[in-house]
Amino acid sequence: MTFEEKEKDLTENFASLGFDLPALVKAKKIAIDYVKIERSEIEETGEYDLEGLFVRIASAIDSVGAKRIVLDTIEALFSGFSDDSILRAELRRLFGWLKEKGVTAIITGEKGENLLTKHGLEEYVADCVIYLDHRVNEQLATRRMKIIKYRGSKHGTSEFPFLIGEEGISVFPITSLALTSKAYHDRVSSGIKELDEMLDNKGFYRGTAVLISGSAGSGKTSIAAQYAASVCKGGKKAIYFSFEESEDQLLRNMRSIGLGLKKWVNKGDLKFVSNRGSGYGLEAHLVLAHKVIDEFKPDAVIMDPINTLLESGTLDEAKAMLARLLDFIKNKGVTLLMTDLAIRGEISEATEIGISSLCDVWIKLNMSVEGRTKQRLLNILKARGMKHSHEVRNLMISDKGLSIKDIEMYSPAAWPRSGLGSSGVPLSAEGGAR
Amino acid sequence: MTHSTSSGSSRARETEGRTRRGMKAWRLKLYVAGTTPKSLEAFDNLKRICEEYLKGKYCIEIIDLIKKPKLAKGDQIVAIPTLVRKLPTPIKKIIGDLSNKEKVLVGLNIVKKG
Repeated sequence: MTFEEKEKDLTENFASLGFDLPALVKAKKIAIDYVKIERSEIEETGEYDLEGLFVRIASAIDSVGAKRIVLDTIEALFSGFSDDSILRAELRRLFGWLKEKGVTAIITGEKGENLLTKHGLEEYVADCVIYLDHRVNEQLATRRMKIIKYRGSKHGTSEFPFLIGEEGISVFPITSLALTSKAYHDRVSSGIKELDEMLDNKGFYRGTAVLISGSAGSGKTSIAAQYAASVCKGGKKAIYFSFEESEDQLLRNMRSIGLGLKKWVNKGDLKFVSNRGSGYGLEAHLVLAHKVIDEFKPDAVIMDPINTLLESGTLDEAKAMLARLLDFIKNKGVTLLMTDLAIRGEISEATEIGISSLCDVWIKLNMSVEGRTKQRLLNILKARGMKHSHEVRNLMISDKGLSIKDIEMYSPAAWPRSGLGSSGVPLSAEGGAR
Repeated sequence: MTHSTSSGSSRARETEGRTRRGMKAWRLKLYVAGTTPKSLEAFDNLKRICEEYLKGKYCIEIIDLIKKPKLAKGDQIVAIPTLVRKLPTPIKKIIGDLSNKEKVLVGLNIVKKG
């Protein structure tokens, strides 16, 4: 029962969600009745009831044997009739009657000032109340839903983001509320022999999240690409989400370090998904990632770099979204490698607060100037559940690929000013002096 | 067909009831749902008003939606009883038991407001 949109408008709106309304009507799956109430055409005198509406609803229900009914939005009645007391009594009768018929009713209404709905509809239809909200935060729109009450049922009480897309509505619950991620014991190679050696000689655990952070040009993407290549070489599949470079750019750039990724793409073992991090809302990224991962069924996922994602939306939102994504990926036993751009060699604040705690392995890259050459320094800040090297070593990038070597000239004076303790806490002199 | 009296633009004349020849100038439909006290009341009230003000110029059709539920959609009936003035145009709707004569007269434009 539609009170505001005509059948034609409804058909168009349904089509945008991927539903063919006319076909459903033809197949007698749905009956639509547009109830038009035009206050200006109606004069009231004396007693009346809404039996006409009842008759129409009953006729619509019977015409298709409906089990569910949508009244969108019944608030239109309140603007159409002036006698609130009659309306309220009739609505109570209506919902009682629908319940008796065993029909599940979904009623939409507007948010009220003090009440949940403008006209206190929840008074009559209080079995379950779902609250929808559309917020714009830093120019990015997100829709959220929250179950306010649901009689006789345990329900989540937090707000869940949801997205309206071509395939209908998707909601993203926080899956790790109970922290039930499965722990895998098998190991996967990082793609760099020496890095595997630093990680207890075995590489990453499968189904864990690995973070590579570092400044611009420190080799994050190279490590990520090398990992992807190694996954494919092992006969497995990988998805590379690229938020800054296009597939072509990546393929070209990685060729320069001896990585031919094109063949894996052609073989169907490697898939690039390139879109700008801030181009969509966070929820849209989440949906896209879900969809692609479900379709492609990869063994490894690479996200390069995640800081662009964190820029879309507030930090809290980004963190929550990333937590959801990480859960989803890890629960599938898929290994996730993320890169993060740390400004000027420092760990970006966003990474520090938001992401590091979600990661199982954190590898940090630093640039240092040694004499006339720049060096890339790599060390492992943490690696949950394994013995790992605490050494700072040299990451070498050549046209033959990546390797890691011990630092040749050991001269403490040439180290980056914020030398790192083995725990990863910067032992900054400036910090102590303040 | 030559009569312009039943067009919406000539409301003043139609209230004076100049259309004497041919078909009835006032076509009224009363929508009810079963024989309830309210609908009987509405019919009695309507009949009385019409006899007094529109004698010989009107016809009333009673539609019972319990018997013909499909007809509710055409005139967009939600409340019961609803009186619909099909002619003269424009269409007018009055809901309720029609117990307030003044309101009915104004609502049907038999007597002008004010």
